[in-house]
Amino acid sequence: MPKSSPSIDMTPMVDLAFLLVTFFMLSSSFRTDEAAVIDTPSSISDIIIPENVIMVSIDKDGRKFFGMSGKDDVKTRLLGSMAKKYNLKFTNEQVKEFVKMTNFGCDMKEMPAYLSLTSAERKNFKTTGIPADSLNNQLKDWIWYGNLEALSAGEEAFLEATDKGLNPEANDFKPKFILKVDGKAVYVRAKQVIDVFRDLNLNNLNFVTSLEHDPRKKE
Amino acid sequence: MAEIAESGGGGHDKGKKRAKKQSTKVDMTPMVDLAFLLLTFFVLTATFSKPKVMSLVYPAKPDEKVEKKEVEVNNAITFLLAEDRIFYYEGAFYPEGNAKGKPATKLEEANFGGGEGSVRKLLTKLNRFVLEKKVGLDAELKNKQIADSTYTRKIREAKSANEALKVLIKTDNDATCKNFIDLIDELKIADIGVIAPVDIMQSELDLVKVKTGK
Repeated sequence: MPKSSPSIDMTPMVDLAFLLVTFFMLSSSFRTDEAAVIDTPSSISDIIIPENVIMVSIDKDGRKFFGMSGKDDVKTRLLGSMAKKYNLKFTNEQVKEFVKMTNFGCDMKEMPAYLSLTSAERKNFKTTGIPADSLNNQLKDWIWYGNLEALSAGEEAFLEATDKGLNPEANDFKPKFILKVDGKAVYVRAKQVIDVFRDLNLNNLNFVTSLEHDPRKKE
Repeated sequence: MAEIAESGGGGHDKGKKRAKKQSTKVDMTPMVDLAFLLLTFFVLTATFSKPKVMSLVYPAKPDEKVEKKEVEVNNAITFLLAEDRIFYYEGAFYPEGNAKGKPATKLEEANFGGGEGSVRKLLTKLNRFVLEKKVGLDAELKNKQIADSTYTRKIREAKSANEALKVLIKTDNDATCKNFIDLIDELKIADIGVIAPVDIMQSELDLVKVKTGK
């Protein structure tokens, strides 16, 4: 028997490895760093979460967090309007930090201090969430100004799309209102947030859920 | 290792210095190592399921100026959510010793799941009108007797018809969001068109308290 060479041609394997690397790199999107861990309940709904959202999260202790999607200037303007309303001043660094955050849950008074922390320190920041009671309803202001900014940005995008000769659906450019509640949270807390939305006449809400099997469909 | 042979600017020199013939093979081991490392990383961190959303339209806040009308609800069921239990009663609520002389409302208990006494069985029974209509329309759609726009319109009509079941959801102070969403989910499975989360009345709360023993 001829002595065969101990080296194997590994080209196909390496090809495949690179193919997979490329696939996973392109298909994966990194989970954004959120201020609280929220374990959502499951439902049979299979509507994928929309792109343009204003999201209020409620963790299992009932703390409320606010977050919104959108370009950097939308968030900058949002913080600007809120700062004006609450008589606060933010430095450029703090504004930059605000834009980077996915969501946050702190009193407006704590905001400058909160923004000066690093993202690791923010995790341990003791806060009671965004106040949403009738005397100090900051959540309502966040949602109101967030909605205004999202609508004006959406209008711009809509006009741009129309100029390009596309036939855009106006509804796609309006923000959608998302509630991300922890399954263990008490419903009364979620109801407070729902009432805030309803006070602003925003009645069409969406709950974030994970997918479960629909018993109507056959296996 | 890979090296680029330096050629001395052409072969015109007298000495005719030739570049040594080098192997064209490059050692790719580190690169492949890295590729597999990255592969492992992305495989382990990849999450494929994007979160889903469940849409729920709340009734608009009633105008304070407009006087409330007592609405006669026919064909309605009210679910009352307690911490980890679920109660219901059919039709309107009648407290003990009411003026109309109707027997006082009694709460029944239901459970999640698909077995006896479950919300799903109950709703399938009570919402038979819509579900049967849907089966007929599904068949018509399959046989191309109706267009799908007609189908969606007819389904919507059936869901809001007088005979269709209407559901009210009331929660006590301990009910969790999971229970609430599970219930909405059951309602969507049973094709309930009218879902109204409303405030609980004190008399109903008392009945729940008696049942849960709190």
